Amino acid sequence: MLLNSTAVPAEAAAVGDKRNSVSLREQLKSYVRHPGSGLLALLTLLGALLTFGVLFFLIGYVLVRGIPYLTPELFSLEYTSENVSLMPSLINTLIMTAVSLVIAAPLGIFAAIYLVEYANKGSKFVKVVLLTAETLSGIPSIVYGLFGLLFFVTALHWGMCLLSGSLTMVIMILPLIMRTAQEALKAVPDSYREASFGLGAGKLRTIFSIVLPSAVPGILAGVILAIGRVIGETAALLYTAGTVAQVPGSLMGSGRTLALHMYVLSSEGLHTNQASATAVVILVFVLLINGLSSLIAGKVAKK
Amino acid sequence: MNKVKETGMKAVFLIAACASILAVALICVFLFANGIPAIAKIGPLKFLFGRTWKPSNNLYGIFPMIVASIYVTAGAIVVGVPIALFTSVFMARYCPKQIYKPLKSGIELMAGIPSIVYGYFGLVLIVPTIRSYLGGTGNSMLAAILLLGIMILPTIIGVTESAIRSVPESYYEGSLALGATKERSIFFVLLPAAKSGILAGVVLGIGRAIGETMAVIMVAGNQTWMPQGLLKGVRTMTANIVTEMGYASGLHREALIATGVVLFVFILIINLSLSLLNRRSENVA
Repeated sequence: MLLNSTAVPAEAAAVGDKRNSVSLREQLKSYVRHPGSGLLALLTLLGALLTFGVLFFLIGYVLVRGIPYLTPELFSLEYTSENVSLMPSLINTLIMTAVSLVIAAPLGIFAAIYLVEYANKGSKFVKVVLLTAETLSGIPSIVYGLFGLLFFVTALHWGMCLLSGSLTMVIMILPLIMRTAQEALKAVPDSYREASFGLGAGKLRTIFSIVLPSAVPGILAGVILAIGRVIGETAALLYTAGTVAQVPGSLMGSGRTLALHMYVLSSEGLHTNQASATAVVILVFVLLINGLSSLIAGKVAKK
Repeated sequence: MNKVKETGMKAVFLIAACASILAVALICVFLFANGIPAIAKIGPLKFLFGRTWKPSNNLYGIFPMIVASIYVTAGAIVVGVPIALFTSVFMARYCPKQIYKPLKSGIELMAGIPSIVYGYFGLVLIVPTIRSYLGGTGNSMLAAILLLGIMILPTIIGVTESAIRSVPESYYEGSLALGATKERSIFFVLLPAAKSGILAGVVLGIGRAIGETMAVIMVAGNQTWMPQGLLKGVRTMTANIVTEMGYASGLHREALIATGVVLFVFILIINLSLSLLNRRSENVA
């Protein structure tokens, strides 16, 4: 309490704080008088402890179990059945993420620009687009995988390849990028646009040199989350990108990503230690991505 | 020249906006066009309510998997919802300011951990634990339920917390002023007022649980029989698609796609009820 009052600038706030706060002793006494309330408070605390306990335990367990197996040969450039290297899968993951983003990011951002800057608010078209985006974000990844298999792999005769996988990923992350970009664009104050128009800039120029730059952090946070989805995806890629453990010569070749690599290893059951190590690598990626995304989102909030 | 550029780019933006409509249309067309004929060939009743799945004998009944999906999802809801509810109450009402931010990013992180990592965690920890303490092989419905119960936590917590936060503060203060304790005010005034938001979170959790694939495959055992108990293995619809798609051909392959169609219809129903719920909560507010 004392420490707090120095941090709070206005004295009144500190006083108000004190008036409302109840000492732990009084709180416990009140719980004795109202055992039902005490029980609920206890359950609330337990629920939160359980949730965060599971989270920390999971991360700790995966790290502790996997880190000892992170050997140098796991990172050798060529995959052989002896070294079970994860490097080709890592490279495939990067390629797939890049390809999906190159397509999905402009598509999602342009769609958001249309929704926010051009379309009439509440028009039928906007409603339909938002409804389909919502539907897309509810579809489980295995259904995306089936669709990719039916459309890209079979109907277009591309076979299982990085491109089929990437395009499946594009459809999967499109709603995420579109929705976050839409929110970011909406948050840009109208006065920016009016000032730009007032200076004689056209609509297009206003969008690209005024609105988009100020919405970049919000858009970026969404894009980074999308990267996380691509890196962790398995079910949608199993039958679209295939499971070859090499870096293919072109986008039309099959190659497994890290998550797929891990699935294949743990379902074969022969290389569980390497699977544990792969889990660490994936988890580190996810931790980095989440940290980066919340860092950027925090910056947005401060602005 | 400028005019051309303006209208040209507007067209480009419009086309981009149509992409998600196109995607949904393509997904529907391709799934249904490939799945419905198989259902017709097998016979809709035989397919949906047949109790035996034996592709080698041309028996394609997915009833056990539908039941398994429903059981596992229901179990995950029973395990996950109370924990999620209490956690979101904690986040919205009890959490000290200093630790709120890290905890919030913790929840986001939990949502970001890929299902394959959850599956691995289940495989190396939950399954052996069940095997040694409760018997059986460990690859069981219980393992799937526990794992899914954990996996749906962040989804439900996120939605529920914002639902609780969106209840006007005056409700809470009014209840306090009437002499109710803090807990009573939260659980009997705030939660009922946030009902439809909480329900939306639960429905979202159901969608996530029923569609989950990799994590379930790794821990559920994947036997095609009717669910026989918590400690016995089950195969969900999602698991059916992934385990057999690799080598299936002909009618077998089409039957797997048809399984995907049934799953897709389930998801569409869940989405529909979700948007109905959201509309209702908007009307109330």
